[in-house]
Amino acid sequence: MYAQALNVAEKAHADDPELRARFQARVDAEEKIEPNDWMPEGYRRTLVRQISQHAHSEIVGMLPEGNWITRAPSLKRKAALLAKVQDEGGHGLYLYSAAETLGVSREELVEQLLTGKAKYSSIFNYPTPSWADMGMIGWLVDGAAIMNQIPLCRCSYGPYARAMIRICKEESFHQRQGYEIVMTLAKGSPAQKKMAQDSLNRWWWPALMMFGPSDKDSQHSDQNMAWKIKRFSNDDLRQKFIDATVPQGHFLGLTFPDPDLRFNAATGHWEHGPIDWSEFNRVVRGEGPCNRERLKARQKAHDEGVWVREAALAHAEKRAARKAAAKIAAE
Amino acid sequence: METPLFTYTLRLADNALVLGHRLSEWCGHGPMLEEDLALANMALDLIGQARNLYTHAGAIEGKGRSEDDLSYLRDCPDWRNILLVERPRGDFAFTILRQFLYAAFMHPYFERLAASKDETLAAIAAKAVKEMAYHVRHTGEWVIRLGDGTEESAARLKEALDDLWPFTGEMFEVDGVEQALIDAGIAVDPAVIRPVWNGTIDHVFGEALLTRPRDGWMQTGGRRGEHSEHLGHLLSDLQFLQRTYPGATW
Ligand SMILES: [Fe+2]
Ligand SMILES: [Fe+2]
Ligand SMILES: [Fe+2]
Repeated sequence: MYAQALNVAEKAHADDPELRARFQARVDAEEKIEPNDWMPEGYRRTLVRQISQHAHSEIVGMLPEGNWITRAPSLKRKAALLAKVQDEGGHGLYLYSAAETLGVSREELVEQLLTGKAKYSSIFNYPTPSWADMGMIGWLVDGAAIMNQIPLCRCSYGPYARAMIRICKEESFHQRQGYEIVMTLAKGSPAQKKMAQDSLNRWWWPALMMFGPSDKDSQHSDQNMAWKIKRFSNDDLRQKFIDATVPQGHFLGLTFPDPDLRFNAATGHWEHGPIDWSEFNRVVRGEGPCNRERLKARQKAHDEGVWVREAALAHAEKRAARKAAAKIAAE
Repeated sequence: METPLFTYTLRLADNALVLGHRLSEWCGHGPMLEEDLALANMALDLIGQARNLYTHAGAIEGKGRSEDDLSYLRDCPDWRNILLVERPRGDFAFTILRQFLYAAFMHPYFERLAASKDETLAAIAAKAVKEMAYHVRHTGEWVIRLGDGTEESAARLKEALDDLWPFTGEMFEVDGVEQALIDAGIAVDPAVIRPVWNGTIDHVFGEALLTRPRDGWMQTGGRRGEHSEHLGHLLSDLQFLQRTYPGATW
C-alpha cells in the first residue's frame, strides 16, 4: 500500500525541474537522501536495481562456498566458513531491507531473481571444485567486492550507505580470512601449493571482470556519478585492486595467469594483459559453468520453503484472530 | 583402554558435532533467509561446543590428540553420538523437531553439568546453557507454528515425530561408564532431566496440537559405537580432505 502511494506521488512530480534541482543540490552538498525524501524516478529505479542485484549476489554467493561447509578440513575452518557464508546471508538481508525502503517488496525482488529478470554477480557462476577456492574467493572475490563497495559507504542514498558500512567491515574480515587460507596452502605440501595455484589460475580473470566493462564501454556511468551512486570508474577500481593484490600473491610465491602482467615503475602501477570480455559477456548471458545450477538451487530452496512460509503465515493469522476474539469476549 | 571420563566427554562432543554438521547442511538452502541464518547460528553453537569438548577429551586422554584428530580420524565404530543426531537432515519439520527434542534435553542437562566436579566440563556447560536456551525457544516456536499452521505443515510435523520418537530414548540411557561418573558428581543423571524434558515437550506439543507418541520400543546403540548407515556418509564428507591428504596442515 505504502509502496503504491509512494509511486503515484512520485510520478506526479517526476519531471518537476525545481524538485530535481533541489534534489541535485542536496546530493552535491553530500547530504543523505532518505526514504521519504523526493527523488527522481530514475534515481529510485537505478538504486533498486543496484541494491537488489547486490542482495541477490550475496544470496547466490552463499552457494559456491556453501559447497565446502560439510567438507572443510578442520573444525576451525568449518566454523569460520559457516560463519562467513552466514555473514553473506546477513548482507543479503540488510540489502533487501535497504531496497524495500524504495518501495519494492522482498518477494518481488526474489521473484525477479528466480525468473532471471534480475542479475547477480557473474563471479558466482564459477564452480568451487577445490578447498583452495574457499581461500581464493575470500581473498579475491571479497577483496574485489570491498574495492567496489567502500565508495558506496558514501553513497547519496542513506539506507544503502549505512548498510554498506556494516557490510564492508565484515567483507574485509572475510578477505583476510581468505588470504590466510591461501597462505596456509601456499606454505603447505606440494599438493596443497598446487591446489592454491590451480585455484588462482581459475579465479584471477573472473575476479578482474567483477569491476565491470571498461569505462569506455560502460553505459550508465555519468548519471550515476552525478547522483553519487558511483564515485570511481570501473577501470580505476580494477587498477586499485590489481595494485593491492599482485604483491600479496607474489609474497606467497604464486604466479598470476597473465603473461603480460608487469610493474610500471614510472606510473607505480601493475599493468595487465587484455581481459577476455567475450567470456564475461557469455557468462552474463547465462552461458557460464554454473548459471543454471545456481538458479535451480535457489528455486529449489524457494519451492521447498513454500509450505513453511505458508504455515508461518497461517499460524500468525490464527493467533491474531484468537487474540481479537479474546478481546471482544473481554469487552 | 578408554577411561570413563574420556568416553563420556566424547559422547557429548560427538552429539554436538554430528548435529551441528547436519544443521550446517542447510546453509544456503533454508526455507527463508531469516531461517537460513538461524539454522547456521545453531550449527555454529554446536560446532563450538564440540570443539571445546574434543579439546578437553584430548587432554583427558593425554595422548596428544587434538580436536581435529578426534573428529577427522576416527571411523564409525569409534563414534559415540546417539543415533538421533545422525539421521539425515530431512525436511524443515524434521530438522526443527529433532533440534527441539535434543535442545529440550540438553538445556537442563547443561544447567546441571555446569555444577560438575570436572571444572572444564562445568565451564563448557555454563556457556552452552545460554545457547541451548535459544535453541529450545526458537525451535519450540517453530514446532508450534508448524503444528498449528496449515494441514500440510501439521502432517509433516506428525510424520517427523513418528520418525524421531524412537530415537529419543537413547538420550536417557545410563551405562556403567556413566553411572560411576554420576556417582562421583562429574556427570549428570539423565533421570533427573526426564521430568523437565517431559514438561517442555508436553507444553509445546500442547500448543502445537501434537499428540505425544507412546514410549514404546526405542532405538539404541550409537553411544556404544553401533551406528546407522548414515554416519559413514557424513564422515566421508567431513573427513574427505584429512583422509585424502594425510598429515597436511590446513
Ligand atoms: Fe557479503
Ligand atoms: Fe558483497
Ligand atoms: Fe564476504
